[in-house]
Amino acid sequence: MYSAIGAGLAVIGAGLGIGQIGGKAMEGIARQPEAVGDIRSNMILTAALVEGAALVCMVLSFFVAPPAA
Amino acid sequence: MTAFRKFWIALVFSGLSVFAFAQHGESHHPQQQTEHPAAATPDEHATDHSDTTAHGGHDCGHSLSEEGEFNAGENAVHHIADANAIHILGNTYLHLPCILYAPGHGWTLTTTSAFHPHHHGNGENSKEGYVLVHGNIMRLTNTALMHGEFQVSDYTHQEIEEKGKKKIRYNAIINGNCEPLDAKTTYDGGIMGGGITSFYDFSVTRNVFTMLLTALVLFLLFRSAAKSAVRTQGHAPKGLQNFLEPLVTFIRDEVAKPNIGPKYEKYLPYLLSAFFFILGLNLIGQVPFFPGSANVTGNISVTIVLALLTFIISTFSANKHFWEHTLWMPGVPAVLKIFILTPIEVLGIFLKPFTLLLRLFANITAGHIVILSFVSLIFIFGKAGESFGGSMAGAAASIPLTLFMMTLELLVAFLQAFIFTMLSAVYIGTAIEEPHHH
Repeated sequence: MYSAIGAGLAVIGAGLGIGQIGGKAMEGIARQPEAVGDIRSNMILTAALVEGAALVCMVLSFFVAPPAA
Repeated sequence: MTAFRKFWIALVFSGLSVFAFAQHGESHHPQQQTEHPAAATPDEHATDHSDTTAHGGHDCGHSLSEEGEFNAGENAVHHIADANAIHILGNTYLHLPCILYAPGHGWTLTTTSAFHPHHHGNGENSKEGYVLVHGNIMRLTNTALMHGEFQVSDYTHQEIEEKGKKKIRYNAIINGNCEPLDAKTTYDGGIMGGGITSFYDFSVTRNVFTMLLTALVLFLLFRSAAKSAVRTQGHAPKGLQNFLEPLVTFIRDEVAKPNIGPKYEKYLPYLLSAFFFILGLNLIGQVPFFPGSANVTGNISVTIVLALLTFIISTFSANKHFWEHTLWMPGVPAVLKIFILTPIEVLGIFLKPFTLLLRLFANITAGHIVILSFVSLIFIFGKAGESFGGSMAGAAASIPLTLFMMTLELLVAFLQAFIFTMLSAVYIGTAIEEPHHH
């Protein structure tokens, strides 16, 4: 059960982070539509890096959790 | 260029074939032990059955042929795990070669048809001490049964405690005796519940078969596209080339060039191979019936090898500038370097491929588990076939949800292949970046 709570907490952080990235990218595209290609690829890259941190937390929470719990 | 391309392809496949045998059934995962003790099972019939299979006073666990209570989690994990035989429909299997090695016993070459798999992929007999349980090969521990064939009447599983860790042990019932089974050797040091056991499995499994199939399909597609590219040089592209060329130029112009820089041509073959191989496996894994149905990129052994290739390429092509900025960056006090920055940077070298492999693995596995859970709704609402109305209600909820998830997974298949390639290019790019002149 605790591992599920840990995974959920990790997802909260990643959700906030990716939300920020997506929101700012939308703003950037609205301000400067001609830069959409650059913004999109950088957005995906940054979102992937944030997601990576969340995945490490999730995997740790599943492995470190007591068995049987 | 062509020499390089062949080299990368050979490297990818030799790497995959070496590591593929280190896969193991996810059912041994310590977190997946959701087995119910007999007392907690409301199904009286299952409780009676497990009592009758207890021979000579000791408990032999629960029979596998007994349907019992439907467990959505176990069901999902069973379907995404690798297997030795490919289940097509009903009792029809595509039999695959088995290459098994046990120290002290030698090599055993056979196919899964020798085990006569029937319902749920359980074999009807043992051969040279090996049995087929749930489509996975296991080995008998009793040395008296190591030669010849023996009739197996049933398989059971039970929870045992070994070295302070709870594990699931499978048993085969031969001549009314409960014979414990050994699972495959895994090289995870017991982290995922495996470890070194009595035998090694080098077989062509479901995942290996799908990888070979994908490689063959990609080879045929690209050969025809390359041929037409040569033929229509200077003219408008034709046929299949129309579909593949934009993808290739996209990887070259949007991924390799901006992230790697002027030396991108050397790494382009690897990036293209990785992109199309991952994309092909992701897409073939989406097909829920025979040629697909294998969850290859959702298998951590496969993603480990792919990430390891990126790690090897980026680390070995790294220049002096990269190592200087990783190990002993200029303009920073020595105390800060020794205690904080250098350890973090060194950790970062290994964390980069680690997140790369986890991202692909977790995204694909999560998608498959969600789809399987939605399909499981039919069985949960229908109480495993007892209630027809419940099954229909479950299907009504399950079909739109599954369709939605499948569409999302189609996006994820492209996105994850792209992100893997993109991040590989970024890691290679940072490793070979030339110093800026200040």
